[in-house]
Amino acid sequence: MRNFTKDLKKNWALWTMLIPALLVTIVLAYIPMVGLILAFKNYNFGKGVFGSDFNGIDNFKFLFSSGTGWLITKNTVLYNVMNLITSQALAIVIAIFITELLHKTYKKLTQSIIFLPYFISWVIVGIFVFALFNYETGMMNNLIKSAGGEPVNLYAKPSVWPFIICAFNAWKWCGYNSVIYIAAITGVDQEIYEAAAIDGATIFQRIRHITFPCIRPTVITMLLLQVGRILRGDFEMFYQIIGTNGQLYNATDVIDTYVFRSLTSGATLGMTTAASFYQSIVCFVVIVLVNAIVKKIDEDYALF
Amino acid sequence: MAKTTTAPVAEKTKIKLSASSLTFYFIAYIVVGLMALICLVPFIVIISGSFTSEQYINFHGFDIIPREFSTAAYQLVFKTPATIGRAYLVSIFITVVGTFLGVLMTALTAYVIARKDFPYRNKVSFFFYFTTLFNGGMVCTYIFFIRYLHLKDSYWALILPGMFSVFHLLIMRSFVTGIPSALIESGKIDGAGEYKIFFSIILPLLKPGLATIALFTALGYWNNWYNAMLYIDSTEKYPLQYMLYNLLQKSEAMSRIAAQAGIYVEAVPSNSLKMAMAVVATGPILIVYPFVQKYFVQGITVGSVKG
Repeated sequence: MRNFTKDLKKNWALWTMLIPALLVTIVLAYIPMVGLILAFKNYNFGKGVFGSDFNGIDNFKFLFSSGTGWLITKNTVLYNVMNLITSQALAIVIAIFITELLHKTYKKLTQSIIFLPYFISWVIVGIFVFALFNYETGMMNNLIKSAGGEPVNLYAKPSVWPFIICAFNAWKWCGYNSVIYIAAITGVDQEIYEAAAIDGATIFQRIRHITFPCIRPTVITMLLLQVGRILRGDFEMFYQIIGTNGQLYNATDVIDTYVFRSLTSGATLGMTTAASFYQSIVCFVVIVLVNAIVKKIDEDYALF
Repeated sequence: MAKTTTAPVAEKTKIKLSASSLTFYFIAYIVVGLMALICLVPFIVIISGSFTSEQYINFHGFDIIPREFSTAAYQLVFKTPATIGRAYLVSIFITVVGTFLGVLMTALTAYVIARKDFPYRNKVSFFFYFTTLFNGGMVCTYIFFIRYLHLKDSYWALILPGMFSVFHLLIMRSFVTGIPSALIESGKIDGAGEYKIFFSIILPLLKPGLATIALFTALGYWNNWYNAMLYIDSTEKYPLQYMLYNLLQKSEAMSRIAAQAGIYVEAVPSNSLKMAMAVVATGPILIVYPFVQKYFVQGITVGSVKG
């Protein structure tokens, strides 16, 4: 503590530079953490966060005994695993192909276009999903009708939405993720490629024995980052694609949409906080554990 | 894209293209082209839809080219310039103020934690980093904002959340690390104070970093809609994206009711209007995209190399 006050005196100017960010972080992240005690309370708006009465683990009991807790956990985990695999796989394939393209203009143009979806809001994506799949005017039903088939109402078919969500997620993040992989691939020493070419390696051998090993650290980092979010759903995506369509909740409700809906509909805050608390704790424990394991195996890959 | 154009070896060994390489290139060109097409189609459908007459959409659905050209939707969008213009102004205001404050804050912080002679740099960095591992989530922030900070219906509820992010801080720190520390030393020798060093030596050299973070932050503000959904009540404080979302909800509810009753709602060009609003909201991004793309690529590249 003496060292700290000493440093405060010596580097006072630097410390004042930190004030705005420290304040914002305390206000936006650290103070709200205190609110997590609501998970163990029966929230009463009049009494406030601290005045409300404790009710033990009733909120958690209720969340899970009603079945909601399990459902949203299952959905969140499944979507995260599916989204992770499909989006990374697509980005890796596209990145490898783009770096191998021979025409510069084609390469630049396609890469720019593939990066474009990252820039639009999920609201716009939601509009597009609607233009594609809605029953009356959707493009899919147009095609079906013009081929003489019967139009389908996808909004009443929960089973197809996991695939639709997965596809749109991979689509929106493909450009962004492939930028990361392209950087990793072009970071490879070009002489290695040249040496391989001189030795008569085919393009497949080159990709398999040079490109793959070189992007492995990137893949592992991306996986680790996502593991720490195992119980966090991409709320904006789910909310804009599914919206408040109750018919699809069983197949598409994730923890984040559940929490948001409870908040805006004024449901019991105690149970909502319980869901949040459970989400935060599990994510934290998982990332700390996985990181510790990774650190044991190979320190270079650890996140912190 | 500046950094990613290193020509593959094959260019030099063109003569040796075997049958299997040819197949590979064929597949690569097709797959990348298809993916680009899939990424482009939504934009085309939305633009085309915004220029198609409502009647055509209601009977034939959305299409890639406008079969029955009409500007009715745009006329309607600009007929109510008060609402649209207002939402535009709100979005611009939030984006400009938030981005300015956020970038300044991020640069200051990144500078301090990049200073090798600042003994608490690791502890302070961890103080920020920890919030990405553990946080209270949406509910707690919501209660704190509404009940204790009284930010209901305040612009600050839209500005505060997007201002500062650890990801941006790490990117900015990489940019600061790229500036030789000898410059700071020479500033000190000349007797300049910390703020003088930061503003007149560091900041001018940090321009690419500032631009990168400014763009990421601005994009975040421009595209955000759920903060308004949580905190904003008065219509005149709606930012563009939330207004768009609201309109979407209303017309969807309308068409759902109409469909159940077996009638078409033709009075309001709701379908083409939605598309026109989407164009108006995304337009600014598309216009600046070609010029700013490289900063995003740079930012993502720097951010993916963990600092």
